[in-house]
Amino acid sequence: MIPNDVRITPELVAEHGLKPDEYDRILKLIGREPSLTELGIFSAMWNEHCSYKSSKVHLRTLPTKGPWVIQGPGENAGVIDIGDGLACVFKMESHNHPSYIEPYQGAATGVGGILRDVFTMGARPIACLNALSFGGPSHPKTRHLVSGVVAGIGGYGNSFGVPTVGGSVRFHSRYDGNCLVNAMAVGIARNDQIFYAAASGVGMPIVYLGSKTGRDGIHGASMASAEFDEDSEGKRPTVQVGDPFSEKLLLEACLEIMQKGCVIAIQDMGAAGLTCSAVEMGAKGDLGVTLDLDRVPCREEGMSAYEMMLSESQERMLMVLKPEKEKEAESIFRKWGLDFAVVGETTPSKRFIVRHGGDVMADLPIKELGDQAPEYKRPFVSAAKPAVVDAESVPAPVDTVEALERLLAAPDLCSKRWVWEQYDHVILGNTVQRPGGDAAVVRIEEGPKGLALTTDVTPRYCEADPFEGGKQAVAECWRNLTAVGAKPLAITDNLNFGNPERPEIMGQFVGCIRGIAEACKMLDFPVVSGNVSLYNETNGRAILPTPSIGGVGLIEDFAKSATLALKRAGETIILVGETTGWLGQSMYLRELCGQEEGAPPPVDLTEERENGDFVRALILDGTATAAHDLSDGGLLVALAEMAMASGIGARLDAAPSDIPAHAHWFGEDQARYLVTVPADKTADVLARARAVNVPVWAIGRTGGDTLTLAGERPILVTILRERFESWLPAYMAGEL
Amino acid sequence: MKARVTVTLKSGILDPQGKAIEGALRSLGLVGVSSVRQGKVFDIEIDGGDRANAETLLKQAADKLLANTVIENYKVDVLG
Amino acid sequence: MKAAVLVFPGINRERDMARTLRLISGREPAIVWHADTELPAGTDLVVIPGGFSYGDYLRCGAIAARSPIMGAVRAYAAKGGLVLGVCNGFQILCEAKLLPGVLMRNENLRFICRDVYLRVERSDTPFTRGYNAGQVVRVPVAHGEGNYIADGETIARLEGEGRVLFRYSSPDGMIDPNWNHNGAINAIAGILNERGNVLGMMPHPENHVETAIGPTDGRGLFAGLAEALERAA
Repeated sequence: MIPNDVRITPELVAEHGLKPDEYDRILKLIGREPSLTELGIFSAMWNEHCSYKSSKVHLRTLPTKGPWVIQGPGENAGVIDIGDGLACVFKMESHNHPSYIEPYQGAATGVGGILRDVFTMGARPIACLNALSFGGPSHPKTRHLVSGVVAGIGGYGNSFGVPTVGGSVRFHSRYDGNCLVNAMAVGIARNDQIFYAAASGVGMPIVYLGSKTGRDGIHGASMASAEFDEDSEGKRPTVQVGDPFSEKLLLEACLEIMQKGCVIAIQDMGAAGLTCSAVEMGAKGDLGVTLDLDRVPCREEGMSAYEMMLSESQERMLMVLKPEKEKEAESIFRKWGLDFAVVGETTPSKRFIVRHGGDVMADLPIKELGDQAPEYKRPFVSAAKPAVVDAESVPAPVDTVEALERLLAAPDLCSKRWVWEQYDHVILGNTVQRPGGDAAVVRIEEGPKGLALTTDVTPRYCEADPFEGGKQAVAECWRNLTAVGAKPLAITDNLNFGNPERPEIMGQFVGCIRGIAEACKMLDFPVVSGNVSLYNETNGRAILPTPSIGGVGLIEDFAKSATLALKRAGETIILVGETTGWLGQSMYLRELCGQEEGAPPPVDLTEERENGDFVRALILDGTATAAHDLSDGGLLVALAEMAMASGIGARLDAAPSDIPAHAHWFGEDQARYLVTVPADKTADVLARARAVNVPVWAIGRTGGDTLTLAGERPILVTILRERFESWLPAYMAGEL
Repeated sequence: MKARVTVTLKSGILDPQGKAIEGALRSLGLVGVSSVRQGKVFDIEIDGGDRANAETLLKQAADKLLANTVIENYKVDVLG
Repeated sequence: MKAAVLVFPGINRERDMARTLRLISGREPAIVWHADTELPAGTDLVVIPGGFSYGDYLRCGAIAARSPIMGAVRAYAAKGGLVLGVCNGFQILCEAKLLPGVLMRNENLRFICRDVYLRVERSDTPFTRGYNAGQVVRVPVAHGEGNYIADGETIARLEGEGRVLFRYSSPDGMIDPNWNHNGAINAIAGILNERGNVLGMMPHPENHVETAIGPTDGRGLFAGLAEALERAA
């Protein structure tokens, strides 16, 4: 008989984020009323964040396999083979709701959590990236959120000791009430020394590692699954506080016990802490787990079983230990100043039993806690596809050069140096390409191989047409990696959407997943890990659908990787890919004309592949001296970025006359790149492209100190740079 | 025995954090604050009941660790 | 060169430093744990690398400076042994009173990671013999607390005795507030102790030693040290 002083009322069930029919499911499953502790356990295991109940059915349609995939979704992180006996372990995760409430700690603990997901598998983290979405610049909270989130990411990553090498930052009023903080971590392990979560062996000790347990974040996972309303300001106590110093110690201690062969299975304690990790370890291994909470190291007095099971105190791991290695493992942890406590054991019973103070506080069927979580096929409606915007109908309110200056100073396009200079991006001495390019490139150990890393998505495209937007997010990541010369291998996805109980939001989700799946399939670019964050809405107003994609590619010789900076005068600038002058959903249309309309540019995956493979070949054989893929702002913005990075200017031929000039310069047609080649190689390159049916044009020459388009006024590269670099620092200093 | 050690910046040492706090108070509409300097408070429990011993011990603690006497002053209060 | 790289809990640039020392001296340095009380026999260079020792709790470097190993470092330095402290290492040396002054929070209150230009003030020290006096080198900084402060008297002594080895400068060697990212007095980036055997510096020369990765201006410091130690041996 489980002691339970608290009456389970419908209100209490609702407070736990469980719907009446979900509660009925619990009653049927266990054949009685749950205790409070058991109710807490169910609420943690069955909320959206842990159970993926609204998304599972659709996530199953994503391609997750490939010749280089060692481990797909379902573990703490994804694992791919990168040759030479090495594996790359990576994942992206969100920490959206906590970051809105307490930006520094929300973002910091997001980084901490994703780092643990990587090193719990035996991989030493070597790089972090992040994708951030903030509200409109004029919203009163935006500066505070930007400041706190960036400081938090830097504060945690810099102290832990991993370089933060890339990411993206965008601003839009649809994120006013819901910022997005998606953190990605990448690690390297030996491919025969990967550690998984599934427990094995009966009667094995279950060990608690790391920091002591307190009352942080109780019901954080439930908060992640709830929308905000006016009361949200009062939710401060549920935000966890992170300590990167402890996590650094935890990393070293874990890697050491792994090397010494002490570990059978290991899992980090993240959302819903001890509950989620213990249940998953047992369930995956087809074993029962019994926990004795009297043994859990606590830093607060008098914590109840409920509190201990739901605490989200940071920097903790749970492990199944080889019994003969207990002394050795404990001494390693004591050396690093961390807690080590045997808190339970695996059992043959397939029950999840929690004891505290001599009583059994919970006794539940372990597999069903996961397997029997609700799985919803929520109704969805797809919005009608918007009409294609005819470029001829779009006015050009200012001249081309003025338009370029304005775009470079726009919040979404401007330099994010203010952000990434707060991240240590050189620590570990392996950063070959620093933030500011198409993708980061980091050397793997002593080389010659390198990893290319990027995050991307274009939310306004996803809003206009989820299928095309989903495709585009994956295609753009693929392009970013290709543009530095890497072979794209796999992705992690962080799907941020509004309330899935609304059919139109569910329609966005389903559409994006279909697009992502299509692109992954056609580009041989599988999903190996990911995260879903739903209910990003305030008072019924949802964020733009934001399926962030984190991409990883491999370059066999990092010395051959390309950068986008123009290298010398007198080279030919070549445009790869077709231009139709697509202005629908473009930055030009939004920033210059104030319209967010139209169908987004369609993505032709065959063209993406062919154009990309061609560009990569040019890079790897040394022909291309610079390369850049085209995206927001189109051709002219991309060229300006190449010029500003080096200070070397360019002269471009006149735009072709079949489409309006501004559509040519700023249209956002996909599958395009700019490359520079020595003048005497031009003819050869053009011939090579034609031989493989890749559309190319020589559009100009590098040189001088201005960007000069035929028929337009020249502009100094230094002036462009000034526009590009000024906006964000001035905005954050409160000068705008 | 309870004691409190308060560590403050020596006058003349630049305190950009204090300045930032001043600015923030102003922008919250709190007028009349002319200066803020940020310091640290350590609440310490001492074994035994000898006041004089406690003060000596705490002064040593402050000199050796709690304060960087190059830039900081400290004050010891034994609260009993 | 027989280098010893000290590791305190939370130090995170020991691998960067060890790799650089290995690359340039040809010998793997010893990694020494903070709880040890002795340096390896024959150590001729002690390096305290960067990081966030003890999480920067209390003050940067405050707790590390009081670790057991520092007793051995003090004795070694008193005998003239060479000590190099980089970033957190510089902070630890100041807290340990092996160097004067203190490193406080960057003026703009934010962590800054970027390449800076340093003017090398003298080339007649074991640390800077790999450079010319007045040479400008490019190295990265990555710190939130690099703002060097000391009282007027200390600064006057440092300047008067030529103990400022590196200053933040423009690419052509001019001292200019626009090129002093953290507000340090007199743009001080690195200083020597009285005897000239202990150097503390905020920037990270160990991250700029490989052509494949970027500029290699950091090599001069380590190559110069290796040479100085070889001659002395």
